[in-house]
Amino acid sequence: MDSTVDATIENIAVAQQTNLEVFSGVLQLLAETDKDIIVVTSDSRGSGKLVPFGQKFPEQIIEVGIAEQNLVGVAAGIASTGKKVFAVSPACFLTARALEQIKNDVAYSNNPVTLVGISAGVSYGALGSTHHSLHDFAVLRTIHNLIIVAPADNFEAEQAVKLAAVTDLPVYIRFGKKSMPLLSAEKSFEFGKGRIIREGSDLTIVATGETVEHACAAAQNLEQEFNITTTIVSMHTIKPLDYNLLAEIAASGKPIITVEEHSVYGGLGEACASFLFQNNFRNPFKIMGIPDEYTVTGSQQEIFNHYGISKEGITQAALALLGE
Amino acid sequence: MSEKELAQKSVEYRKKILKYIYQAKAGHTGGSLSCIDILNVLYNHTMQVDATDFTSPDRDRYIQSKGHTVEALYVVLASRGFFPETDLETLCQYQSHYIGHPTRKVHGVEQNTGALGHGLSLSVGTAIAGKLDKKDYRVFTVLGDGELPEGSNWEAALSAAHYKLDNLCAILDKNTLQISGPTADVLNTDPVDKKFEAFGWEVRHVDGHDIKQLTEAFDALPFAKGKPSLIIAHTVKGKGISFMENQLKWHHGVPDPKQYADAVQELDLYGETLASA
Repeated sequence: MDSTVDATIENIAVAQQTNLEVFSGVLQLLAETDKDIIVVTSDSRGSGKLVPFGQKFPEQIIEVGIAEQNLVGVAAGIASTGKKVFAVSPACFLTARALEQIKNDVAYSNNPVTLVGISAGVSYGALGSTHHSLHDFAVLRTIHNLIIVAPADNFEAEQAVKLAAVTDLPVYIRFGKKSMPLLSAEKSFEFGKGRIIREGSDLTIVATGETVEHACAAAQNLEQEFNITTTIVSMHTIKPLDYNLLAEIAASGKPIITVEEHSVYGGLGEACASFLFQNNFRNPFKIMGIPDEYTVTGSQQEIFNHYGISKEGITQAALALLGE
Repeated sequence: MSEKELAQKSVEYRKKILKYIYQAKAGHTGGSLSCIDILNVLYNHTMQVDATDFTSPDRDRYIQSKGHTVEALYVVLASRGFFPETDLETLCQYQSHYIGHPTRKVHGVEQNTGALGHGLSLSVGTAIAGKLDKKDYRVFTVLGDGELPEGSNWEAALSAAHYKLDNLCAILDKNTLQISGPTADVLNTDPVDKKFEAFGWEVRHVDGHDIKQLTEAFDALPFAKGKPSLIIAHTVKGKGISFMENQLKWHHGVPDPKQYADAVQELDLYGETLASA
């Protein structure tokens, strides 16, 4: 990649507010020098923050209307000719309605499409369970050959998009809606390698996506109120999971909490538990996520608070696990 | 290849389809026999595709949407030199690459298909890429009439017309039978021509076993500038073997030794008639 483009991309993460704006900004920069960058959307160029991209590169954006199966099939067909295709659609529909296309047309046929699930988790808040995507990690984890990524901040968003454009494998990137912080000055990123946001010695919280921010708030709280120090890992890649890092963390025998904006079934938490248990680690362990129910009504934050994905909720879980 | 040579090729292909399904004790006989003339004409008359340069960005593409009749595709690819025909001795056997639906493990296969209702979207994407790159290649896909109720077909049909994909040709292998019975009884999609026309396609009907009609239809592509083309090929499930024709049980029936011998004898006789004509 052109080093000037690369340097400019680095700055996007700081300048933009939401991870979708970062996504769109990075794509625009890449598209300036690369006519092979193609965006396919299902009536989601507005919600995907892709209007400026479409205005600048009308030849490089394909609209298929609200038709997710076709979205993914078409994206796979385009990718089969060597283009770098980003298929953008709300995560809930993309990963449920087009699951067979993701499995067969993208992953099984090895057409390296980047599937971009927008407004994931409970980002759509009060729009309700039809619009929530709490199953995507679970279903996609069972699909061979697919990298699953949920960036926790703008740096990770920018890096994920940039890497996806040059990776030979299909990638699913899951984005939320809200403005994102920059969580750490740590500037290393690769798929499949967890990012340590904060180091502590009493317990570890392994979180992903927009919940990492809440885990950080809890860690700060635990330190200030209880003198408990916490390691925070942004496990941005759900698959392949960073087993080495998990083993390193678990070796201390200290408690581990996982946090995710996903059903407690089949997501990050169960993936970690499966690895740890099968490798004879027996750390005190807690999975935090959305329980097996259709979610309460409310904003994303209210839903998080309801289910304890919050400074207070995670603090309480940590104290309980530490026996305090 | 002349019409007569193509017709003889079809006889040869039919024998091979039967042979490998018979040996494998698995396969979709009826549908392979209904679409084989279409594939024959595509690969031996119409498409620009070369086994020695298969990744050429300029090649015509064929994506088999009705993937269960992969035996038809395999025998045609073998005859075009994509792989030694003897490989098909392993059809559907343990660890064989020649599995019962198209797979890219097999040289010459563009996409993994088999789940129904996928080929048209894949073809639309490939055709869009051809337009973006201002390339002259064309994209062909064979659809089964039994797979048409899948909604993805209609999503894809809409987008093909929207993007004016006159480099795309779908061929409907309309053999009117699917696994549970007549397509008209299972879920009637007729009048399918009117539906595609209403979606913005240009449609022609042919006898899907008439080599002349098939070559002429393919030679006339695109049927209209700025429109995707649909060839509705009226075919007979089990075509060429009298006791298999229009018989539901041959959807995935496998011949026993006597049936196999009878079928080969019938094809041999037909081949001799063709040769002396």
